[in-house]
Amino acid sequence: MSATATASASVSGQTPSQTVGPFFHYGLIFPGENVLHREGAQGQRIIVTGQVFDGDGAPLPDVMLEIWQADAHGRYRHPADPRHADADPHFFGFGRSDTTHADQTFRFETVKPGTVPATEDVSPLAPHLAVHVFGRGLLTHLATRMYFADEAAANATDPVFASLSAAQQKSLLALPQNDADSDVRVYHWDLHLQGDSETLFFHP
Amino acid sequence: MPDPLPLPLAPRLSDAVHPPHLSPDYRSTLARAPRQRLLPRPQTLAELTAPVYGEDRLKPLDHDLTRNGVRDGAPQGERIIVTGRVIDDTGRPVRRALVEVWQANAAGRYIHKLDQHDAPIDPNFTGAGRILTDDEGCYRFISIRPGAYPWRNQPNAWRPPHIHFSLFGPQFPTRLVTQMYFPGDPLLKLDPIYNSIPDEDIRRRLISDYDHAVTEPGFGLGYRFDIVLCGGRMTPFENLKL
Repeated sequence: MSATATASASVSGQTPSQTVGPFFHYGLIFPGENVLHREGAQGQRIIVTGQVFDGDGAPLPDVMLEIWQADAHGRYRHPADPRHADADPHFFGFGRSDTTHADQTFRFETVKPGTVPATEDVSPLAPHLAVHVFGRGLLTHLATRMYFADEAAANATDPVFASLSAAQQKSLLALPQNDADSDVRVYHWDLHLQGDSETLFFHP
Repeated sequence: MPDPLPLPLAPRLSDAVHPPHLSPDYRSTLARAPRQRLLPRPQTLAELTAPVYGEDRLKPLDHDLTRNGVRDGAPQGERIIVTGRVIDDTGRPVRRALVEVWQANAAGRYIHKLDQHDAPIDPNFTGAGRILTDDEGCYRFISIRPGAYPWRNQPNAWRPPHIHFSLFGPQFPTRLVTQMYFPGDPLLKLDPIYNSIPDEDIRRRLISDYDHAVTEPGFGLGYRFDIVLCGGRMTPFENLKL
């Protein structure tokens, strides 16, 4: 019996999700994976940091966040983006951070994404990060987005952000922590898996 | 200010397939499952794209967990070979996809400061590896069969031996993290994480097959574990108003 014949017999339907568990760190967390830019990257350097809270208000020490974003000019480094050939070669777009540090914070060093241009079907997309949340107790990961509080005009016409309630919008906003003129702008964004401040999550 | 144009929606993971966020027998979900209704995910360029990986991100021994953590000898335990195909639910192979795996050692112990199980750490086994799928969507790695280990979810709780898998599909919404289990394991029917998947036939998709064609003489037993991701729906934007 060939290996290929066995394969076709067993493949049918999507494979279900399972939790990353509490012990994912040495398999998924590598030094530097939370730094998205390299020497020469274009755009405003930013740091995004925060915590993830459970329904009891406790910051979680065993969560992993992944972010995916456009470069400073709103281009994704992927063939599905018609402008991908011009994407910043010094910017990867993907980052991963855990919350297992002493202070249970995640931290990304990246550049502020640009606005993604409009298409015939979709209005311009405000600068944002696409975010996945993994952790113990999350059998299927969670999907959300992070927007920037200092981009109010762009957010108001973003087709996703504008469709949300005020409370939902607030849960997605990262707040600037320092002066806009500083070399590295710091943004703070907390996620709440449950409770009065529950973060808006999309179906993954 | 004009109303934004409506959005197409991204393909989604199926409720019938994936475990619910709130699964009370798995106690950690109680304070962590969102209570608000999840919204349909929009389909914009963020969802039509995903990280693109290359060989330059992998080291030569990343696919061999029996060698990539060696300090002064071979790791303890039963050597295994694990292989399979990664396809999407339209049947297309997921090519050059990054597959990341991590697992306990043969004694059921993770290298992690919070793992307090008093089984021995194996100095020659880290239990982590990375593989890229080939043009047919196939991956293959060599490892040690992981042991069961106790946890505190319920009285006398033991996790069945398992290998964690992380996969990136062709688009950001096709991301999947899952676990591979071994055939014939009596712990499976007692495990709240495995049983969080409501349908028994769908749960069984997480059990690998013993495959004698993968087994290598004098070396190790072979297991086959095929993985089907949510299908990517490619509608690249060719009409950007720049």
